[in-house]
Amino acid sequence: MKIPVMSDFVAAGEMPEVLFWVGCAGSFDQRAQKVTGAFVKILQHCNISFAVLGAEEGCTGDPARRAGNEFLFQMLAANNIAVLNGYGIKDIVTTCPHCFNTLKNEYPELGGNYNVLHHSQYIQQLIDAGKLAMKEDGVFKGKRITYHDSCYLGRANDVYEAPRKVLEVLDAELVEMRRCKSRGMCCGAGGAQMFKEAEKGNKEVNIERTEEALEVQPDIIAAACPFCNTMMTDGVKNKEQEEAVKVYDIAELIAMGNALMDVK
Amino acid sequence: MHFIPQVLFSLLLLATGIVAYRKYSFIRRNILLGRDETLTGSTSERWKNMVLFALGQKKMFRNWIPAVLHLFIYVSFVIVNLEVVEIVIDGITGSHRILAAPLGGFYTFMISLIEVLSAAALLATFAFLWRRNVQKVARFTQPEMKGWPFKDANLILLFEIVLVTAILSMNAIDYQLHQRGTPHYPDTGNLLLGQYLSNLFSSIGSNTLILMERAAWWTHIAGIFFFLLYIPHSKHLHIFLAFPNSFYMRQDTPKGHMDNMPVIMNEVKTMLDPSAEVTEIANPPKAFGAKDVTDLSWKSLMDAYSCTECGRCTAACPANQTGKQLSPRKIMMDTRDRLEEVGRNIDTKGTDYDDGKSLLGDYITAEELRACTTCNACVEECPVNISPLNIILELRRYQVMEQSDAPEAWTQMFNNLENNQAPWQFNPEDRLKWAEEL
Ligand code: SF4
Ligand code: SF4
Repeated sequence: MKIPVMSDFVAAGEMPEVLFWVGCAGSFDQRAQKVTGAFVKILQHCNISFAVLGAEEGCTGDPARRAGNEFLFQMLAANNIAVLNGYGIKDIVTTCPHCFNTLKNEYPELGGNYNVLHHSQYIQQLIDAGKLAMKEDGVFKGKRITYHDSCYLGRANDVYEAPRKVLEVLDAELVEMRRCKSRGMCCGAGGAQMFKEAEKGNKEVNIERTEEALEVQPDIIAAACPFCNTMMTDGVKNKEQEEAVKVYDIAELIAMGNALMDVK
Repeated sequence: MHFIPQVLFSLLLLATGIVAYRKYSFIRRNILLGRDETLTGSTSERWKNMVLFALGQKKMFRNWIPAVLHLFIYVSFVIVNLEVVEIVIDGITGSHRILAAPLGGFYTFMISLIEVLSAAALLATFAFLWRRNVQKVARFTQPEMKGWPFKDANLILLFEIVLVTAILSMNAIDYQLHQRGTPHYPDTGNLLLGQYLSNLFSSIGSNTLILMERAAWWTHIAGIFFFLLYIPHSKHLHIFLAFPNSFYMRQDTPKGHMDNMPVIMNEVKTMLDPSAEVTEIANPPKAFGAKDVTDLSWKSLMDAYSCTECGRCTAACPANQTGKQLSPRKIMMDTRDRLEEVGRNIDTKGTDYDDGKSLLGDYITAEELRACTTCNACVEECPVNISPLNIILELRRYQVMEQSDAPEAWTQMFNNLENNQAPWQFNPEDRLKWAEEL
């Protein structure tokens, strides 16, 4: 499928409504690519004019900065800000809470000022604006869904309600884990942990969190972050529950609920 | 000879004042050894935070059982100290309960309030001793609590029992003596607890009672003086520092925000574009990140002195829960211990003395630092708004940028980021490949 890139818009002398920041996971990770696809389907379904940067996008620098490599972070950030400012970008939406946090909170000091939304907030706005009505006989009716808070969305940015509001329209049964919202437990991937082996301990963080999720006997664990998604999926596999319990991003759930995507 | 107690009291007061001044100045000086940190946000917001978090104990109520128990001790401590005003006047002038007559019914009310709160605090103290020593609540038993921190916590609870016993018996005996018409024991009105507790002393002779009253009075005031001098060595310093620490807490920045490093930003900007305009940095730091406590911001150092060692951070830490070495509470305790050591070195051996030790390495290890997922759970839970995460991240910066010390997988990730603008080894030209499969 042809996805509009910024350079096309500029060539046509136009501006998209919003720039979709895909992120490294969304671009390269097979599982996260599906989430990217689902979100694109939602944007198209709602007739949103959007663009991506394609090859001009680079890592926001989140893992480099959190690992302690500020030089590398500043390099990556400077390049991205040059591209974004060059195109005169004002509005950005992203499916990754880490990109969201860096773009929104850390780029302004470096000269990059944008309105940044996480896709949970963006989808909520679409629903509120009546652009995204749900089908009557929801495919998720009667299913138990538990939402796992991403640290970089929740505690880092106090976004607790948007993803839950989005899930509410699915007409499913939402159940909260023992630790949720500001007390939500990390999946174990943040702070560049995703890119190295865990330190010595007696358990993996994602297993601990998955056990907590399984306690509430969900049919679906909903995530809003590509890294949480990986961690929870691995956890469910480790517990040999992958037949009974699925891990989906909220964008996938909304896309499936609107028959924009096959229900798997 | 009747003035001897007055002289003794005045000397004790003076000595306590001098020693306290030195101890608290030491702490203030140590905090100011930290790097500058520019404060942002509004002062009115700061006052609000202080009222909310320190005075109002907002975060404590995330966990209501310890919150209520702690509230008893906290409120009784604040109110009891009003009585200390009278004790000090009496001590110096040789009067006895000088405020009783002028305040009248209000005096009875205040002393009764103190009695009730003291009794509540006594119950809370027993509950806390139980939680620490019998129930052994998990967050009190981590390795960093062994030794002095464990003793400190229990000592102060035992001390609280002594103090409360002194207060209650002092008032009850006073009441009893007044009932007997003993001279110099003025009417305190019908004290809520004192009037009943005084019955416990009814069979004791007046002379013995006067001695007992004096003993309780001295125990009470000497206890408070001792407490004042003990606090600087204890986690109980938080009773003072929780206030400025909440006042100076970060505002207007979401927790996900990491401090910028303007020096590096400028360097990178001019590297990419030699004509780029950058603002000069006054006082650039000697090194990137932090190796020792003096490389941390003064706010992080105040954080360390404000830590209550409650372990709410550690109990919420995903790394700690899964058996990793990291404990955010230990990060704070190590920072304080090291800062005290640096402070003592300065006082005894001069400012240029280098003991060859540092926070990174001698106190906090690479393994601890690397276990952090930057999840902010510790920051969220801390009742006095401390950020262990800030310290962790500054130490990580030093490790990676000054010591080039990173796990192999991170070095690989850095290379990928540099060459492919992604943490994995993918061709940047393939960034849009996902679209083909849609
Ligand atoms: S931010 Fe780091 S230290 Fe704090 S709770 Fe999370 S993993 Fe633990
Ligand atoms: S840092 Fe805060 S939460 Fe952690 S032990 Fe100290 S006071 Fe308690």
